[in-house]
Amino acid sequence: MWAWKSQSSKNLCGQEGKNNLLLDYNSVLQIPGGGKMNQQSVSGSSSFKQWFLKRDVQRVLVIVTFMAVPLLLLLMFTYIPFAKMIQFSFYNMKYIGERRFVGLANYRRVFQNKELFGSLLVSLYYMGGGVVQLALALLFASLFVFKVKGEAVFKAAMFFPYLICGIAIGFIFKFFYFHGYVLDTILQLFGWKLEDLPLWLQDTKINNVALAATSVWRYTGQNVILFLGAMMSVDSDLYEAAALDGCNRWQQFRYIILPSIKSIIVLNIILCVSGCLSAFEPPYVITNGSFGTATYFVQMNSVAHETQKVGLASAMAIVLLALIILCTIGQRLFFKYVFNNGTEDESKSAARARKKAEKAQKRKGARA
Amino acid sequence: MIQLKKSFLGTVFDVLKYVMLTLASLIAVIPVAVCVFTAFKTEEEYTHGSVLELPKSFAYLENFKEAIVKANMLQCFLNTILVLIVVLVCSVFISAMLAYVLNRFTFPGRNMIESLFLFASLLPGIAMQVTIYQIMYSLGLINHLYGYMIVLMGTDIISIYLFLQFFENLPVSLDESATMDGCTYFGVFFRILFPLLKPAIMTTVVLKGVSVYNEYYASNLYLQRPELRTISTALYTFTGPYGSKYNYICAGVLITIIPLLVFFLIFQKQVYSGMAAGAVKG
Repeated sequence: MWAWKSQSSKNLCGQEGKNNLLLDYNSVLQIPGGGKMNQQSVSGSSSFKQWFLKRDVQRVLVIVTFMAVPLLLLLMFTYIPFAKMIQFSFYNMKYIGERRFVGLANYRRVFQNKELFGSLLVSLYYMGGGVVQLALALLFASLFVFKVKGEAVFKAAMFFPYLICGIAIGFIFKFFYFHGYVLDTILQLFGWKLEDLPLWLQDTKINNVALAATSVWRYTGQNVILFLGAMMSVDSDLYEAAALDGCNRWQQFRYIILPSIKSIIVLNIILCVSGCLSAFEPPYVITNGSFGTATYFVQMNSVAHETQKVGLASAMAIVLLALIILCTIGQRLFFKYVFNNGTEDESKSAARARKKAEKAQKRKGARA
Repeated sequence: MIQLKKSFLGTVFDVLKYVMLTLASLIAVIPVAVCVFTAFKTEEEYTHGSVLELPKSFAYLENFKEAIVKANMLQCFLNTILVLIVVLVCSVFISAMLAYVLNRFTFPGRNMIESLFLFASLLPGIAMQVTIYQIMYSLGLINHLYGYMIVLMGTDIISIYLFLQFFENLPVSLDESATMDGCTYFGVFFRILFPLLKPAIMTTVVLKGVSVYNEYYASNLYLQRPELRTISTALYTFTGPYGSKYNYICAGVLITIIPLLVFFLIFQKQVYSGMAAGAVKG
C-alpha cells in the first residue's frame, strides 16, 4: 500500500514542473505523507518534526521502542540466568565468596546421589495423579455438555480450588490430613476406626498419594473448564443432528466430542508430563519435603537456598531441563506418529477409506 | 418397548450424572468448608468438639482479629494491591506493544525473537530462580517492592502469546486506513488498536492477576523484610508460632481467600473464558 503511495508521490514530484495540474490534484486530495513528501522536496527543508514523521524512521522508532523493554526483561530474567546456570554448574560456589572450577563433578553428584536423582521417582505419583485428573476432567466436561440443572453451581464449586493460593492450600490440607481431624473424622463416619487409619502425611506408603491427590483436587476443575471450552466450540447443530439420527450419548461422545478436543488432550498430556517432572508445590507447602515426599525441585530448592550449593543446584536444574526437553520431543514425535498430532479429525484408516470411496465414485462416474 | 428401554436408561444416566456431580462438588468444597467452620470456633469449641461440627455462631471474629494483627495483614494487603496494580498495568502494555511489533512488522531477526520467547516458556521457572536470585542480589534489588515487581513482569510469556493471538484476528486494513488518515505508527497502536484489545486485556488481567495475587515463591525470596510481605507470604508466617492452632490458621486462610472468592463470583464468565483462552497457546 505504502510503497505504491510513496512511489506515486515521487512521480508527482518528478513531474512537478511539467504538470501543474497533477500537483494541484494531489494537494486538493491532501493525501497525508504524500503531501508532506511533496512539500519537503519542494522546500528542501528537513526539520526534526518532518524527519520524525517519515514512515521509515517511524518504523524503526516503533520497533526499537516497543521491543526494548520486553527484550531487556527477557534477557535479564531468562537468558542471562540461563547462561549463568550453565556456567555455575561447573563450579563449586555459594552466592557470595570465591568459586572453584570443578568440571563435571556436580553432574556426577546429581546422578550418583540417590537422594537427589531418586527423587525423580516421586514424580511418578504425580503422573498417576495427572492421569486421574485428565480422566475425571474429561468425564465431567462431557457431562456439562449435556443439559445440567444447577450447572453454574457445580462448575463454580469444582473450579474454585484452582484459584486458591498455594500456601493456603498447604494449610487447608495440613488440617485436612492431620491425624484425627477432617479426613479421619469423615472416614470414621463410614465405620473406619481411628487406630487403623494411617498418618496420611508421615506414612511413607501413603503420603505421596495423599499429596498427589491435593494437586488433583486443585487442577481438575480447571481442566474441566478447558475441555468444556473446546467442546463448546463445536457447532451445536452437530449434536442436534446426531440426536435426530438416533445417536446415543456414548456415540455422541465418541464421534463428535472426542475428535473436537483431541488436540487439547494431546497438549495437556504433554504439559502434564513436564509438569509432573517439575512437581514442586504440594510437597513444598504441605510437608516441606520430609518423610520421603521431596520431589526433585524440592531437593533442588533446599540445595540452592538452604545449603547454598549453587553449583550443584544449577547442575540439577540443567539435568531436569534436558529431561523435560527430551520428554517433550519424544512425546510430540509419539503423538505425531500415532495420532497425527491429534490435529486431524479423521484417523488414518478413515482417511484411507474415504479416498478409496472417492476413487470408486470417480470410476463409476467415468463409466456412466 | 424399545422406547421404554431407552427412557429407562436415560433416567439411570441422569441420576448417575447428578450423583457424580454432587460427589465431586462435595469433595471440592469440604476441605474449604471445614476451614470456614473452624475459623469461627472459640478455643473451647476447637479443642473439644468434632471438626465437622458447625460453630455455635458465625459472629465470633476473635480468630480473624488475632490473625490480622499478628501477621500484620493489612499492611500486606496494601503491598499486594500496589504490586498487583503496577504489574498488571505494565504487563498489559509491555506484552501488547511487543505483540504489535511482532505481528505487524517484518524486520530481520523477527522470527528469532519470537522463537526466543517461545523457548523461554519451556524453561522451568523455579529452577531459574537460583540464578535470578544471584542477579537480583548483584543489582541490589532484593528487599524492594519494585525489585519484586520487575521479577513478576520479567517472567511473563503467556500474556505475550495471548496478545499475539489476538492481533492475528485484528484485520490489517484497520492499520492501513488509519495510516491513510495520517496516523503515525504510535497513533495506530495507542488510538486504534489498543482500545480494540479489550478482551485480550481482560484475559491477561484475570490470568496474571490471580497468579500475582497467589505468588509466594519469589515473594518469599526477594521480600524478606516483614513490612514488605505480600498476602501469601504473610500467611506463610503462620507456620511457626501457631503450630497446630488451626482456628487461627483457618482464619488467616479465609482472609486471603475471600477477596478471590468475591472476584470470582463477580467475574465468573470472564474467568472461565480467560482460562479457556490462556490454554490454547500450544
